[in-house]
Amino acid sequence: MAYALQQLINGISLGMIYGLIAVGYTMVYGIIGMINFAHGDVFMVGAFIALITALLLTAGGVLAGPAGILVMLLAAMAVTALYGWTAERVAYRPLRGSFRLAPLITAIGLSIVLQNFVQVSQGARPKPTGTLLPGGWEVMRQDGFVVQFAYTQMLIIGITLAVLAVFTVLVTRTPLGRAMRACEQDRKMAALLGIDTDRTISLTFVIGAALAAVAGTMYLLRYGVIDFYIGFLAGVKAFTAAVLGGIGSLPGAVLGGLLIGLIETFWSAYFSVQYKDVAAFSILVLTLIFLPTGLLGRQEVEKV
Amino acid sequence: MSAPGDRRGAGHAAPQAAAPLLEVDGLSAAYGAVQALTEVSLQVMPGEIVTLIGANGAGKSTLLMTLCGEPKPRAGRVVLAGEDITGAPTHAIMRRGVAQSPEGRRVFPRMTVRENLLMGAEALTREDPTPQLERVFALFPRLKERLAQRGGTLSGGEQQMLAIGRALMSKPRLLLLDEPSLGLAPLVVKQIFEAIRALNAETGLTVLLVEQNAFQALRLAHRGYVLVNGRITMAGTSQDLLARPEIRAAYLGGH
Repeated sequence: MAYALQQLINGISLGMIYGLIAVGYTMVYGIIGMINFAHGDVFMVGAFIALITALLLTAGGVLAGPAGILVMLLAAMAVTALYGWTAERVAYRPLRGSFRLAPLITAIGLSIVLQNFVQVSQGARPKPTGTLLPGGWEVMRQDGFVVQFAYTQMLIIGITLAVLAVFTVLVTRTPLGRAMRACEQDRKMAALLGIDTDRTISLTFVIGAALAAVAGTMYLLRYGVIDFYIGFLAGVKAFTAAVLGGIGSLPGAVLGGLLIGLIETFWSAYFSVQYKDVAAFSILVLTLIFLPTGLLGRQEVEKV
Repeated sequence: MSAPGDRRGAGHAAPQAAAPLLEVDGLSAAYGAVQALTEVSLQVMPGEIVTLIGANGAGKSTLLMTLCGEPKPRAGRVVLAGEDITGAPTHAIMRRGVAQSPEGRRVFPRMTVRENLLMGAEALTREDPTPQLERVFALFPRLKERLAQRGGTLSGGEQQMLAIGRALMSKPRLLLLDEPSLGLAPLVVKQIFEAIRALNAETGLTVLLVEQNAFQALRLAHRGYVLVNGRITMAGTSQDLLARPEIRAAYLGGH
């Protein structure tokens, strides 16, 4: 019982991270029909920026609790947002209207560029950071097993919920959100209504990248070890989450992220840690075979 | 069959002002390698209903889209109220008082009728869209009954009303209508054409109407142009065009 409760806490906090990344996948897919395979690496870059910011703050002797974490978060978001804008402008926009596979291949190329850039500039070895936010709240104790709700986990859940709340308001209540939904449903018509579709697509990349940076920062705080390759696995899992939730659906991405986080955690706890990735990817395969539109996706004919 | 460049269009029934609202001069456009429009010239005066008739594939929809900036013209000029808008991006043109109800209606399928209409008011930056919404409801009361329904669930006629209503939400100076009668029952077509006539008569709205249904279109419009393979081959007042034997043979099916 206590063991299961602990797994539930772990699974939800991991799932929140996947959910944040998955939202970026699903947003970009929704608006231009492209799977941005470099998105996982944006998450990795976000984690590195947060780490560098933390080191600078520590060197300056000013890293103190919540304020330091906030600065890390903002720095990571700012840099990845700039990256998202530039990548769209330089790498994806010129290929719009080209054949469908072109931007996909470009995304894979960008993914390689990001990984290698970080590997060369930051080194290939894993970076242990130590615990920036130790401790937690002891939920219960049973037969010597202590269920702990770590502060980092609370932070992950709290910040993710706050970010998603802001994001939901943005999409449903603001002119930018309306423009995004219009572009997603019919980009040509959106332009005919006076919407600057290029700008809307740029901002979609920017927002998706910033959300991935939030996930990267949370990952760094929670797990304390990062390397240039973490984006690959996290990215593919978040992609699985987006597909499971229904690609194109924003609530679906969050739901899919939570489910993948929970499945992976419980699988590791009760069956085999070695095979946890197999469990997650089996879900991808099963979803694609039996439920191609995902849990909250809509039935749709392939867009051409 | 030739009277190209008859840009004076003698004997208008419409109210005339000195300067045209829309002036298209020698416009050519292509989709990839396919030449779609060749040196098209036409004028629309403020307060006029002008129709562009022609067979399927003549380039009517391409002309409306080119006026809206996509595809970009290969040659020629588009002047809106004295301002050269040739080559401007679509969203900028639409924010200068042009609105289009496009081919295939393109209603947002997963937005409600209300949301669709409000999307139409995007170009009205910081202006309360409510009065305009009421005007659209007065024109198409059916839309008010369907307010919370999703665009994709409406009937063809209702979608057409929604597409026109959405275009009107931005209070356009120039309304571009692409085949509003396509695939609709005659009674619904009559309703929609009646609404266009009323709009024009009551508010002086300028309309450029593209139609395959030449008879209906010429009865509604003050003037017309005939487009054949991307070229204007005839122009004149509606009565004039309706009376021409070649038009009757080619487009009116012996009306």
